[in-house]
Amino acid sequence: MEERVPVLRTQHLGIAFGGLHAVEDFNIEIYKGELVGLIGPNGAGKTTVFNLLTGVYKPTEGTFYLNNELLNGKKTHQIVEAGIARTFQNIRLFGNMKVIDNVKTAFSKDIKYGLCSALFRSKAYWKTEREIHERAMELLKIFHLEEKADYLASSLPYGEQRKLEIARALATDMKLLLLDEPAAGMNPTETAELLECIKVIREQFGIAILLIEHDMSLVMNVCEKIQVINFGKTIAAGLPDEIVNNPEVIEAYLGR
Amino acid sequence: MKTNKTAIRYAINTIALVILMIITFVIGGVDNNTIKLKIVPSVWQCCYLIIMAASLNLVLGFLGQLSLGHCGFMAVGAYTAALVSLAFQRAGVYDEKKGAAFMLVMIVSILAAGILSAVLGLLVGIPALRLKGDYLAIITLGFGMIIVNLINNIPFCGQQGLSQGTASSALYANGLGFSNDEKKGYMYVAVLAVILCMALMFMFVRSKFGRIICAIRDNEIAASASGIDVSYYKVLTFVFSAFFAGIAGALYSCCNAALATTSFAFTNGSILNSVFIVVMVVVGGMGSLTGSIVAAIGMFLLNYAIKNGTWVAALPGFLQNVFTYPMLVYSIALIIVIMFRPHGILGTSEFALCDIPKWPRMVASHFHKSDKEAEG
Repeated sequence: MEERVPVLRTQHLGIAFGGLHAVEDFNIEIYKGELVGLIGPNGAGKTTVFNLLTGVYKPTEGTFYLNNELLNGKKTHQIVEAGIARTFQNIRLFGNMKVIDNVKTAFSKDIKYGLCSALFRSKAYWKTEREIHERAMELLKIFHLEEKADYLASSLPYGEQRKLEIARALATDMKLLLLDEPAAGMNPTETAELLECIKVIREQFGIAILLIEHDMSLVMNVCEKIQVINFGKTIAAGLPDEIVNNPEVIEAYLGR
Repeated sequence: MKTNKTAIRYAINTIALVILMIITFVIGGVDNNTIKLKIVPSVWQCCYLIIMAASLNLVLGFLGQLSLGHCGFMAVGAYTAALVSLAFQRAGVYDEKKGAAFMLVMIVSILAAGILSAVLGLLVGIPALRLKGDYLAIITLGFGMIIVNLINNIPFCGQQGLSQGTASSALYANGLGFSNDEKKGYMYVAVLAVILCMALMFMFVRSKFGRIICAIRDNEIAASASGIDVSYYKVLTFVFSAFFAGIAGALYSCCNAALATTSFAFTNGSILNSVFIVVMVVVGGMGSLTGSIVAAIGMFLLNYAIKNGTWVAALPGFLQNVFTYPMLVYSIALIIVIMFRPHGILGTSEFALCDIPKWPRMVASHFHKSDKEAEG
């Protein structure tokens, strides 16, 4: 039987700040098209996992691979080029730039023209800029933001800022998308809209998604697999039904 | 449709610049003492101040990094241009400051000034730009002081200037240092330099580079998470900006007979001081190149009015005392601008000739909005 290559594979990934093991022995395999949830109580190390996977922190132990390419020790922008993009728990947009420029910035690695082309406005410049503009508009259409393309990003309402952040992450043309609490601070309508969005982008782009979320209904609804961590250690992994009935998970969330 | 509009904008701007050049030539051709002694030197000074302010705006306004050593690059540019032109003169490339040979020497020295500044910008930028905020300000401040002392201690620059007599006389007589007549004749060079530099800077910020450096300013972490090599683009912008600071220095050496490092020193109380350039950028609007032009000219005029204005003598005595401390006046002007326009005169928007027809509507909507606010 042909073996499938996981999009993301981590082996004993961990990081220690001095004596504190923020994340220990983190193992996960995510395949193309999968949507995996990463849950755990506050301070469990979920965002630290994301920071490890995006090169913000360098792992002190273990390895991680994207399509069998070792990514340990690479810088953030190199990891993005390899194909992992993320959103942030607290929204980090380019607030003083237009909505469309936020997306165009993420296309930068596809823009091949150099400094001379830009300064003297070569044909390559005009062609690339036009292409990038069209691609950015297409992406904004998926998120119903095309009418607000010329707004300042900071002037968008909260829910749309979240969407724009996802759109920007998608523009990097990645294979694995890390969403850090995308529904945080959203009302039920906005959450439902977001859910639709996530489903659409998954079908349309055929990517793998790793999702951190506190909203249990959202996690149970969309995720095929769930991994639970507490104090940096994986305490459970499996299908949603298994997780809700797992005594250790219940204990971690509700206490003894 | 969209490209048509862009073409029209380019055409209008080109026509405006051609008209500007024609005006410059006409003024340069008129024989008049007021023009020769007052207007022409002012235009030269404005030219290098504009390039300085705009190039610092790239780093401060677009990239969002505070650099307090920008005049250091200007000093490097000024000395490079002066030395290169003198070297050509001693090699016998030109005797008189006219003709094709001298034009060529001038262009070469101006470019050499820019390139050497850019190289220095690279050397300073790579270590310095690892730091952020206050620390970057301190290290660039240090750089500005170091460069002045370095130039002081290079034998052929020296505190007194270039060897063989004093710097001023050598430079004035043989090199780029222009007399008032020559300044008038070559005024178009300065204006042309400004136009070219500003055009290149505009092209820079209106391309992927501009988007990227604005993204770095707005959120560095998100920028690197969008696949941007933050340190590369920081250094690139720093080098690009240093190049233009060098060109501004070359223009400075053209319009000043004497070249002394004290004019670039941090303790220098005149208009040429790294902090003063920062003030220009802030007043004009961080992130607006046209704002920098407006602010550079405005600050120059303020400086000029305080130093040469006859109206100061007409003021009551206690006000005259205030005006004997120009720095006090500048700070008051800065406070006034910051109070009423916290983001600078133009903020982050740019002045464009093609937008002038839209102005009445913009003003009207502004008042309409404040009416509504008053009602609400």
